[in-house]
Amino acid sequence: MVHTITLDAHADFEAWKVQARDLCAARIPPGQVRFAPPDRDDPILDLGMMALMNNRRNVVTSRDFMDRAERVACHSDPERYDRLYHLLWRLQAQPSLMRNTVDDDVRWMVEADKAIRRDRHKMHAFVRFRKVGDSETGRERFMAWFEPSHYIVDLATPFFTRRFPNMDWAIVTPFRTAVWDGEALRFEPGGTRDDVPDEDVVEEQWKTYFSSIFNPSRLKVAAMTAEMPKKYWNNLPEAALIPSLIQTAKTRERMMMDSLNHEPNPIAEKATYQPDQTDEDLSPPDIAALWEQVEACRRCDLWEGATQGVAGVGPDNARLMIVGEQPGDKEDLAGEPFVGPAGQILTQALEEAGLSRETSYVTNAVKHFKYEVRGQRRIHKNPSVSEIKACNVWLEREIELVKPDIVLCLGGSAARAINGRPVKVGENRGRVLERPDGLKFFITSHPSYILRVQRYEDAPTAYPQMVADLRKVAALLAA
Amino acid sequence: MARKTLIDKLAILADAAKYDASCASSGTATRSSLGKNGAKEGLGSTEGMGICHAYAPDGRCISLLKILLTNFCIFDCRYCVNRVSSNVERARFTVDEVVRLTLDFYKRNYIEGLFLSSGIIQSPDYTMEQIVEVARVLREDHNFRGYIHLKTIPEADPLLIQKAGELADRVSINVELPKESSLEHFAPEKSQPVIRKAMAGVKVRLDDVQDARDSRILRKAKAPVFAPGGQSTQMIIGADKSTDSDILKTSTDLYSGYGLRRVYYSAFSPMQDASLDLPPVRPPLMREHRLYQADWLLRFYDFERSEIDAATTDGMLDLDIDPKLAWALRHRETFPIDVNRAPRHLMLRIPGLGAKTVDRLIEARRMTAVRLTDLTKLTNTVRKAMPFIQTADYHPGGLLDTTNLRARFAPAPEQLALAL
Repeated sequence: MVHTITLDAHADFEAWKVQARDLCAARIPPGQVRFAPPDRDDPILDLGMMALMNNRRNVVTSRDFMDRAERVACHSDPERYDRLYHLLWRLQAQPSLMRNTVDDDVRWMVEADKAIRRDRHKMHAFVRFRKVGDSETGRERFMAWFEPSHYIVDLATPFFTRRFPNMDWAIVTPFRTAVWDGEALRFEPGGTRDDVPDEDVVEEQWKTYFSSIFNPSRLKVAAMTAEMPKKYWNNLPEAALIPSLIQTAKTRERMMMDSLNHEPNPIAEKATYQPDQTDEDLSPPDIAALWEQVEACRRCDLWEGATQGVAGVGPDNARLMIVGEQPGDKEDLAGEPFVGPAGQILTQALEEAGLSRETSYVTNAVKHFKYEVRGQRRIHKNPSVSEIKACNVWLEREIELVKPDIVLCLGGSAARAINGRPVKVGENRGRVLERPDGLKFFITSHPSYILRVQRYEDAPTAYPQMVADLRKVAALLAA
Repeated sequence: MARKTLIDKLAILADAAKYDASCASSGTATRSSLGKNGAKEGLGSTEGMGICHAYAPDGRCISLLKILLTNFCIFDCRYCVNRVSSNVERARFTVDEVVRLTLDFYKRNYIEGLFLSSGIIQSPDYTMEQIVEVARVLREDHNFRGYIHLKTIPEADPLLIQKAGELADRVSINVELPKESSLEHFAPEKSQPVIRKAMAGVKVRLDDVQDARDSRILRKAKAPVFAPGGQSTQMIIGADKSTDSDILKTSTDLYSGYGLRRVYYSAFSPMQDASLDLPPVRPPLMREHRLYQADWLLRFYDFERSEIDAATTDGMLDLDIDPKLAWALRHRETFPIDVNRAPRHLMLRIPGLGAKTVDRLIEARRMTAVRLTDLTKLTNTVRKAMPFIQTADYHPGGLLDTTNLRARFAPAPEQLALAL
């Protein structure tokens, strides 16, 4: 006994769903069910139907299965509905069947689904509208002829309503026509190529574009046909150009290779752009000029990986100069010192200590960001001694221009830069130090250190200690 | 000389734009012209997945109308067909002409939108203003919701670049050559620091907008928009002497520093009226392909740049075999990898298995012991994977250690064509 279920439309997932659920609940095995969409023409064996009411069970499905089934119902395989039923049946015993990506039935469904999605995608890509005039209300009217490989018109055309709601359009295919009038998407019986006009003035422009954007020295015909198979070419106006473009490609390449510019265009002499140039000056007259010099600096290699040089910010008569190590990721992007997370700690600590960031001059020992890439992130890397030394001209010039009463060094690199040789932060922090030239400096932790130790036992003391150091600086300035 | 028609200009300005590899229309915000209550609000849509509306015989996708506003240019970049010293025929579109072409093409479903670039005329600011104006007219006067990619000019005012980002789906700034020294030589008016600063400006703006979106209290509040398709760049391959290692170093710096969606590699290609110091050669297409593969390994396969570097010879990738296979052949101690047990990051190291196949395998092995025949259902490249894997019913045995393993994959040496 085989139950035949006749489906009225090619892509009739809803009807299949209702019937399949009923049959499966009544435990009618796949071999005894036959779904017949209009495209199925093998002989009908038996039209008998039996009562399905006895011994019913609940039918389970998975979201993944139903989503795919809805698309697979559009497939051109005449037995698609039987195959879906077979899978539905197997799902009752194995609810996680769909996750077995190497099962043959699952493979069939996944492949069929892929074919449908590809066909839909190609329809979205290769429909070519031709303008047929304007409606009485002034709406532009368009038509297209298209031959999909599967029964996807209902599935694929809502896309065009989202894209072209303000045009009237119809897409005619051999088995079904979609019509949009601005209010509703209607489906009508299929048509023929003759239903659609065979030209549109804009096609000449499109063909010009198609042949001009093609690069004859990169001829890769197989790559083209893999994505734009010949079965679509009939309905693509530009495809008519392909044979001649392929044929002339070699000659065109040869001509280009032979055409060398022996006579530069005379206009070049007077028209060429002159970008602003910065002449090197190791003693710029003010902070603004120093920024320009830092930007153009090539005294070490760090500039090459960095976005920009970041010099100091603040009043050029500040009594306090604060020196960090180098710009970080955020500072490199923004072109300003201490704007990232460490900058927030610094601002907060200064405030707590009664110091003001606005009246201080804030800068770094090294003016370009040094990093290494891990995965997709730029990770801070300590500057080398030679890099600190190379950058020292700028730091010293900043000191000469600002003439601070005291320089606050944040961390070891800054202390080394100011002192000219290594200084141990732990042993020298929290007290006034003096250089041979009389410059007073003071060492505390770098705010990045506070961020880094947050997970370790130093955490509770690190920040308060920094604030305590800063209070001493505040007292010195007040004295 | 007769006045140029629209078609004449299109032929010149599309030809001049074809050396830009990017034509992507994917990865932007979702937009529709059909409102919630059936309101019909404009023209165009974007739905995440890009669409290639045609393919040229060079195998490249045509997704966007990719044209220059003008090929007049006051820069003299040696590798560029539009440089000031070239004698190519010049043309210039008006803003309205570009808008008309875009809308006419779009309504016939030829394209996803517009990719507009330009030679630099008068000044970088003036040119950028013109580019921005095209996008503004499309968006504001025609309510165009299709895809717009604007090439931005790094020398232009940051405010103009910002305006471009507010109108466009994607903005891009071409870095052109991987090293400043090459740029100094071949593109004397350009500089990497200027280019990087412009990219940093875009990145900061992208981050700000993301922060603003994340911190909205009401999800319904209108979110600021800035280049939802992100930024990209392009490097020309083979014009200068940079090695693949140099190129990939610059790529990783750019990806990590500026959050680029894509770095495009464009094989230097013969052009009309080429500069005498860059005589035309056939484009290094295989090299370009290997760079893309390496780029993918870095971004989607957990490879570090040092690992790719270690699989190069004098900084160059192997042209005969893909970089993952090249790495595997030099790290045979890592293999065979048991596809029924290995963690994902190791599975990703298997030559011939893509990330999608790996994910399907990981799903399948929860259900069943994966055998070699199962693998053939998931991928067409099992042959390449075979020396490096172990399945429930297969072990490569001595195959992995054979000395001529590379020869198994590399194309047979060809007799050199005699130069005539």
